Amino acid sequence: MAEAAKMQVSDEVAIQITNMNKWYGQFHVLRDINMTVNRGERIVICGPSGSGKSTLIRCINRLEEHQQGQIIVDGTELTNDLKNIDKVRSEVGMVFQHFNLFPHLTILENLTLAPIWVRKVPKKEAEETAMYFLSKVKIPEQAHKYPGQLSGGQQQRVAIARSLCMKPRIMLFDEPTSALDPEMIKEVLDTMIQLAQEGMTMICVTHEMGFAQAVANRVIFMDQGQIVEQNEPKEFFSNPKSDRTKLFLSQILGH
Amino acid sequence: MAESFTRSEMLPPLPPPVTERGAIKWMRENLFSTPLNIALTVLGALVVYWLIAAALPWWLNSVWNASSLGECRQIVEANAGPGATGACWAMIRERWHQFLFGFYPPPEWWRPILAFGLLFAALAPVLFAGQKRNLTIVLGGVLVYLVVTLYLAGAPALPFALSLVLIVGMLALAQIQPGRLLWFTLLYPALCFWLLWGGSVWSPIVAMAGFAILYAVFRLASPLIGLAPAAGAGIVVAVVWWLYLDKTVVDLLQGVLPFGLQSINSDQFGGFLLAIVIGVTGITFSLPIGILLALGRQSDMLIVKSLSVGFIEFVRGVPLITLLFTASLLLQYFLPPGTNFDIILRVIILVTFFAAAYLAEVIRGGLAALPRGQYEAADALGLDYWRAQRLIILPQALKISIPAIVSTFIGLFKDTTLVAFVGLMDPLKGVTQIVRADINWKGIYWEPYIFVGVIFFVICFGMSRYSMYLERKLKTDHR
Repeated sequence: MAEAAKMQVSDEVAIQITNMNKWYGQFHVLRDINMTVNRGERIVICGPSGSGKSTLIRCINRLEEHQQGQIIVDGTELTNDLKNIDKVRSEVGMVFQHFNLFPHLTILENLTLAPIWVRKVPKKEAEETAMYFLSKVKIPEQAHKYPGQLSGGQQQRVAIARSLCMKPRIMLFDEPTSALDPEMIKEVLDTMIQLAQEGMTMICVTHEMGFAQAVANRVIFMDQGQIVEQNEPKEFFSNPKSDRTKLFLSQILGH
Repeated sequence: MAESFTRSEMLPPLPPPVTERGAIKWMRENLFSTPLNIALTVLGALVVYWLIAAALPWWLNSVWNASSLGECRQIVEANAGPGATGACWAMIRERWHQFLFGFYPPPEWWRPILAFGLLFAALAPVLFAGQKRNLTIVLGGVLVYLVVTLYLAGAPALPFALSLVLIVGMLALAQIQPGRLLWFTLLYPALCFWLLWGGSVWSPIVAMAGFAILYAVFRLASPLIGLAPAAGAGIVVAVVWWLYLDKTVVDLLQGVLPFGLQSINSDQFGGFLLAIVIGVTGITFSLPIGILLALGRQSDMLIVKSLSVGFIEFVRGVPLITLLFTASLLLQYFLPPGTNFDIILRVIILVTFFAAAYLAEVIRGGLAALPRGQYEAADALGLDYWRAQRLIILPQALKISIPAIVSTFIGLFKDTTLVAFVGLMDPLKGVTQIVRADINWKGIYWEPYIFVGVIFFVICFGMSRYSMYLERKLKTDHR
């Protein structure tokens, strides 16, 4: 199943990052990042906390600004030009660790807001799309509730559906299961696996190594703001090259 | 020794135990639980008793029919024996209109009365957006109010009929398309201005046309030069319209179709008419200005940020009375000679700025309370700054700040009494002084303050209850 999905990777480049550097004040948080993501590829980024993995994917839709180097998303380079930023953001969906649903809107309104105001989709059509994706994440019956009434796992699935409603070409996941109870992690991962099988280009920051083995084309290991090792999952887990990777893997898989 | 345990069946949920409730149990727990509490309860009861014993005769001996304070006292002594005290509400009975209207000419009283009724008709679509039942109740109340008060005030037949037709029309519209009622809210400021100050009917219409021109320029220019420059161009054209063309066009139209109300001068305004005009206008305009200042203070743009901070800190750092003196005295020096800027308008502008500075800080608190994730989620969905603010950030930030915003509004409304310091006739000091200057009511002390205080309380308490209703209605977090 996962093997079949891997067939869909094309040669077309979706994201190209070249010699990218970023600082927080004096702190050099991302150091000389080079990375290419092809369309249809599914990449898992892992690493110890503070290694810059979240910062890296937040640079891809400009939630964080980089100071040096180049990031090209879908042929659009990220600069200070607001038009380019908005264009990239409407092509790139993002799912956050803490869901970040809008608590003052119903689930349906959460899903239709951006299509209506950014994509100028008529309300009725936006609602149909929203219901389609809600069914896809298996919670259409919650459409008229507020986020506060849903469980964490349900909220995260709504957040995924909200991103999908913008029909993104790339999805970014920033530790989507880290704030969830163990029982709810599976339902979110199932949704993500389903998405991967449909050929979505995905970059996931996650510690779910089972997920990485099941769907990733490539696993990237980061430490101290640098890409330390990247490889296909089988090779990465069975035969890690660097000592830092070995230490990390022994710590997270060792119990 | 380790004990092994396996649950064979899960327990069903049970209702909580019924706790005993009763007046005696409550009293024992809350009033007489310890010796100290018993002592405090007895002391409290005594204080309440003394207060009532001191005040009650004064209220019970109230006199409603008399023509002077002396006559009041005679009646009280005749009824309750020598040395008895009593309230003299006869003064209110004779002078109520000054507390409400100041020196507004009596034949024209129907105008502020009508404006006050329509105020609620204009507020309802905002306060109860889209809620048919509440809208119908408010509009029905306004209809009854207008029929009664306009009849009592002897309003001319034409405006009487027109206003009833208007309210009935709004009632009908509320049943079909309650959203459309907001159009009346938009037109109300001009209508109210014209009703209160009178003059040519064309001046409010031409003034409102300025806004239409602003919007038209904005719509036509925005595809060509972008949103912000188009808005700027619209504002420039509208200001030119108001400053240079407004008067000419009004005179022209007045020449062709002369129609208007008797002009009433600002110095004839007084009492609650004045307080409500200043209060409502101040509240209406201070909220948007406050929001813009709060956003400006958070802005990345240095000039916008420093202007906002400077404005807020200056206005908050200066007493309101200083600003009012500025309005009445200093502003004249800065304006071009010959401009006669209406005193009420000047006071309204400064009261609005004063409240806006406070609101800006209150709203900043609400903005700061929002998690960063909300901004990021809005950004990640591709919403631009203004849409993110309008759809995501402000609805939540304002909701958090409702109690503090309404406190500021209540404060603003009560502060309108300070206009007494610049010679305007506020209900508390201005009108009371005029009443006491009359030889008949010289020496009357408690009654005017109680009367004015009660009206202030009713209005402020109403605002406070509405804010609590709004908080309940907007509560969606289910925490």
